[in-house]
Amino acid sequence: MSESDFKPKVVAFLCNWCSYTASDLAGTARIKYSPHARIIRVMCSGRVDPTFVLKAFAMGADGVLIAGCHPGDCHYIEQNYKTMRRHEMLRYFLERMGIESDRLRLVWASAAEGQYLAESIDSFVAAVQKLGPLNWSANWEENGQRAEALEEIVHEHAEAMEVAP
Amino acid sequence: MSGATKGKLALYWAASCGGCEIAVLAINEKILDVAALFDIVFWPVAVDGKVRDVEKMPDGSIDVCLFNGAIRTSEQEYMAQLLRRKSKVLVAFGACSHEGGIPGLANANNRRQIFETAYHDTPSTDNINHVEPQPKTEVPEGTLHLPVFYDTVRTLDQTVPVDYYLPGCPPEADRIWDAITAIVERKLPPPGSVIGAETTVCQECPRVRNEKKVKKFYRTWEIIPDSETCLLEQGLLCAGLATRAGCGAKCPQVNSPCIGCYGPNVGVHDAGARLMTALASVIDSNDPAEIDRIIRDGIPDPVGSFYRFGLAASHLRRSKRGNGKAAEAEQAGLGVH
Repeated sequence: MSESDFKPKVVAFLCNWCSYTASDLAGTARIKYSPHARIIRVMCSGRVDPTFVLKAFAMGADGVLIAGCHPGDCHYIEQNYKTMRRHEMLRYFLERMGIESDRLRLVWASAAEGQYLAESIDSFVAAVQKLGPLNWSANWEENGQRAEALEEIVHEHAEAMEVAP
Repeated sequence: MSGATKGKLALYWAASCGGCEIAVLAINEKILDVAALFDIVFWPVAVDGKVRDVEKMPDGSIDVCLFNGAIRTSEQEYMAQLLRRKSKVLVAFGACSHEGGIPGLANANNRRQIFETAYHDTPSTDNINHVEPQPKTEVPEGTLHLPVFYDTVRTLDQTVPVDYYLPGCPPEADRIWDAITAIVERKLPPPGSVIGAETTVCQECPRVRNEKKVKKFYRTWEIIPDSETCLLEQGLLCAGLATRAGCGAKCPQVNSPCIGCYGPNVGVHDAGARLMTALASVIDSNDPAEIDRIIRDGIPDPVGSFYRFGLAASHLRRSKRGNGKAAEAEQAGLGVH
């Protein structure tokens, strides 16, 4: 699969007060951005629990974008600083799990930055395209050995000699 | 209860250390009550019995099966399927069958890497012929079989449907007795529930809690914590705030941070992710470079620290399998000795 044929699944968590409004602005201003980003509105970027990010990757996402208000501008005073720390924590953890940490990106986009948000989504989608598919659940398979091995045990037990009680 | 109405109980172990078996005996003299209520039909560690006997039992004839240990080999998976079929109620007993436990940490590596370490690399190993266990070995008398060693450790409920979970490494004796009582008195929660508390270790911990602000994480050997204040406030990575209660907060009471053996609290799937959320909140810095330094200096092993017991049950379940040189060699077909 060449880079341009690969249509990545990107989950984008946008905060209600800044970044989602920015995407609205991009919409009303008819600014085009990549259709590969699936936008999910959350009340605050601080609402994005690492669980959401890990679940997205486990369920087939190739990249996760988190966007929120600029530091100091959070509607909930300082929750986006927690996002900042969770983002660092997650990047570190993802690296150790063998997932490229660039599959996760944090962007600050205010309500007036529709153009910037659209560009950020485009550049992130391009970066994920370059990294290629993640296809995480393929990691869990046992290469067909499993079914064969189980069948063999059943067969073996059926063949085993009866031991007198 | 008369002999005719005695229930049938089975206990089995898969990838586990055997501590859960001891934990069953930690209910002390109450084990005699268990023996009065149940016929123990299968318990390899304590009672003579053969797999063949279990195979011959009618399906659903065992009332309760307490299954401890994770699923790591084909033989363990076969036993899980067999006991599921024969048992009315299957209980995932202990951290390993509940969420992978310590054996589940092997999911940070793969089979090739584990074999390299276990059969070749350890300093005490002298394996000049590069012998490794093979699933099949031909001898003059015929073919010998060993179970297939899986790449990925799985929990019991990733293998077969499970009715109840009894968390802990090992489960506390009181909680075991609660579970047995609930089974006997038919006062069980809805199937699929964890039998235990619905709060976190912090609620059982007697330490004094204030606002948490951490500039540096310490490892347990680096400081001697005071015995009054919350361990996390003192910079020790304590998993209590993301871990289900039920243990009585035994570890924090002896100056040792919680390591999370009781698993996620009710409603939470991934305890490690919750722990990351909580730890990130308490870091006292708003500068990305400093945050990064605090995390990387203080938590050298994030996978083991966040998922000491829950890696196999987490959303990601394992690290990327194709990681590392050994994995590359295996993929290229060079790793077979």
